[in-house]
Amino acid sequence: KIESLKVTVDFLKVPLGLKKPPLKEALAAVPGPGRPKPLGVERHKPRCSDTMDNESQYSGYSYKSGHSRSSRKHRDRRDRHRSKSRDGSRGDKSVTIQAPGEPLLDNESTRGDERDDNWGETTTVVTGTSEHSISHDDITRITKDMEDSAHLDCSRHLGVLLAGALALFAFLTPLAFMLLPQLLWREELEPCGTPCEGLFISVAFKLLILLLGSWALFFRRPKAFFPRVFVFRALLMVLIFLLVVSYWLFYGVRILDSRDRNYQGVVQYAVSLVDALLFVHYLAVVLLELRQLQPQFTLKAVRSADGASRFYNVGHLSIQRAAVWILENYYHDFPVYNPALLNLPKSVLSKKMSGFKVYSLGEENTTNNSTGQSRAVIAAAARRRDNSHNEYYYEEAEHERRVRKRRARLVVAVEEAFTHIKRLQEEDQKNPREIMDPREAAQAIFASMARAMQKYLRTTKQQPYHTMESILQHLEFCITHDMTPKVRGGHGERYLTAGPTIQYHKDRWLAKQWTLVSEEPVTNGLKDGVVFVLKRQDFSLVVSTKKIPFFKLSEEFVDPKSHKFVMRLQSETSV
Amino acid sequence: PSYFIFFSFQQRIEIHKLRQGDNLILGFSIGGGIDQDPTQNPFSEDKTDKGIYVTRVTEGGPAEVAGLQIGDKIMQVNGWDMTMVTHDQARKRLTKRNEEVVRLLVTRQSLQKAVQQSMMS
Repeated sequence: KIESLKVTVDFLKVPLGLKKPPLKEALAAVPGPGRPKPLGVERHKPRCSDTMDNESQYSGYSYKSGHSRSSRKHRDRRDRHRSKSRDGSRGDKSVTIQAPGEPLLDNESTRGDERDDNWGETTTVVTGTSEHSISHDDITRITKDMEDSAHLDCSRHLGVLLAGALALFAFLTPLAFMLLPQLLWREELEPCGTPCEGLFISVAFKLLILLLGSWALFFRRPKAFFPRVFVFRALLMVLIFLLVVSYWLFYGVRILDSRDRNYQGVVQYAVSLVDALLFVHYLAVVLLELRQLQPQFTLKAVRSADGASRFYNVGHLSIQRAAVWILENYYHDFPVYNPALLNLPKSVLSKKMSGFKVYSLGEENTTNNSTGQSRAVIAAAARRRDNSHNEYYYEEAEHERRVRKRRARLVVAVEEAFTHIKRLQEEDQKNPREIMDPREAAQAIFASMARAMQKYLRTTKQQPYHTMESILQHLEFCITHDMTPKVRGGHGERYLTAGPTIQYHKDRWLAKQWTLVSEEPVTNGLKDGVVFVLKRQDFSLVVSTKKIPFFKLSEEFVDPKSHKFVMRLQSETSV
Repeated sequence: PSYFIFFSFQQRIEIHKLRQGDNLILGFSIGGGIDQDPTQNPFSEDKTDKGIYVTRVTEGGPAEVAGLQIGDKIMQVNGWDMTMVTHDQARKRLTKRNEEVVRLLVTRQSLQKAVQQSMMS
């Protein structure tokens, strides 16, 4: 069976006044199983949909085969019910944003019941290895397999189905309202001429508009799976449910029971429901789309490994949505993470290895001396004259020079290579054997610049990011679009500088590994001073929030005629 | 052998304003100020000096009588500082309607012929 990689689990802090142990919430936090069906889910995503998608879906958590399906489902349903009944969660510390198909360590799912003892604590448990840990290569291979195979995700399906059913129910209700009297007591109905026809047409078109609107708004591939309920969507679903149920209630009592004869009244009743649904749709647009557009906060995202930082303006979002936003921007703003570039060269650091030995003369009170000793060591080390900065400087200068030299060689090689091919003009008479398509052309000239390219990449430590295949593809691309050697060869910014992550191959994206760590519940809205961390295996993004200041603009009227000037001379006044 | 010494000294001058019709006049003209161009000041030694200078003294007027000379730099007027004022502010401070007497603190540069006493004796 497939084992899982890593999980970050935080235990809950007990909120004040909450009687029930938040253990249940922890269970809710632990996901369900399985992988979602990739495309099938998105296709029929219904109108006020995605709630279930965004619910506590840790699809990545697999668990030991010992668990039975039924108990799992039962637990999920219970959890979902619980999490739905509370708007958002409280006190959860860390949740995982996982795309489907990401295997994780499954310790938590099996130990669910033993967590009773720990529910009061606040601890972050990062279990990096278990007895089932496997190597990194295996893991990437497994991930790929999972993406390809279509697994059934019961819980996510359940959510989508529920939302879909609700939407269908709401959609068909007006039609039912209008049809039932016709079917049940047709003979007793008063004839209703033109007004009814008008109303029928308006109902038809409104339903069509509703359909199109819902399609535009809700039928989309989710860009991420959120760890917690998307509060607004849940709210909307509840609203629609209540609306439709209350309409049915009144319908049942007033119309079905009493067999109302006035058909026009019935049709108008149905039309009013459709209007109400349209307004709910408007509410959905405002809550889900419009509210977050006006910028309210500035988020600063800093990469912990090398300090690269960016600022983003966002509107009112919950923490989990803000996290997804940041991630989307991360992939095209931040230069790709290159661990090879981070460390000081070995020669610089090696000098620091020799330390100080501390001997304590006199009594042996060990407890006091340990801090004293370490302080003494640190102080002595600081005072020692140390020239490692010199080494670092010269090393850097040398490296710079080397890179420049290699780059010059690369640029020249590419320029030369491209003089060998040119686009075929129509009027040229060429032997069919000599005509090449872009791929072959790329291969033909690649050989002449391969060596220079390879040396350059090695010097800048970029070679893991560019396989020969990707270089050939890029060459092909440049040749097809007649790009100058600056782009092709110096390869513009593609090879000379580290570009954003998204331009590299999918393998480099590692998009499924992000974990959201937050001190506040992730469905809380952003506030001034909120800090959350997006962790990945090798580094983390620390995001801090600042409110955009309130600007007080005052107006000053300047009369265009008031712009007058004088020469600045020595003026003389007699007094 | 004798040589010239260029030095400046301060002097207090008390001017009694003269009534002419409706106005009280002092009998001299001023130039300079922080809003003026200091390079055009013929009297200042330092061409970045934006202080108020006496550019003309009318003959027989109260200023001449009190001992004000052309080229004097006005430092204070009745205790008000004049080294960092605009031209207009300076004018206002000198021509206050309710003051009959203005006491100026001026700086004057003098060229003196100094004789080496020790040589003589």
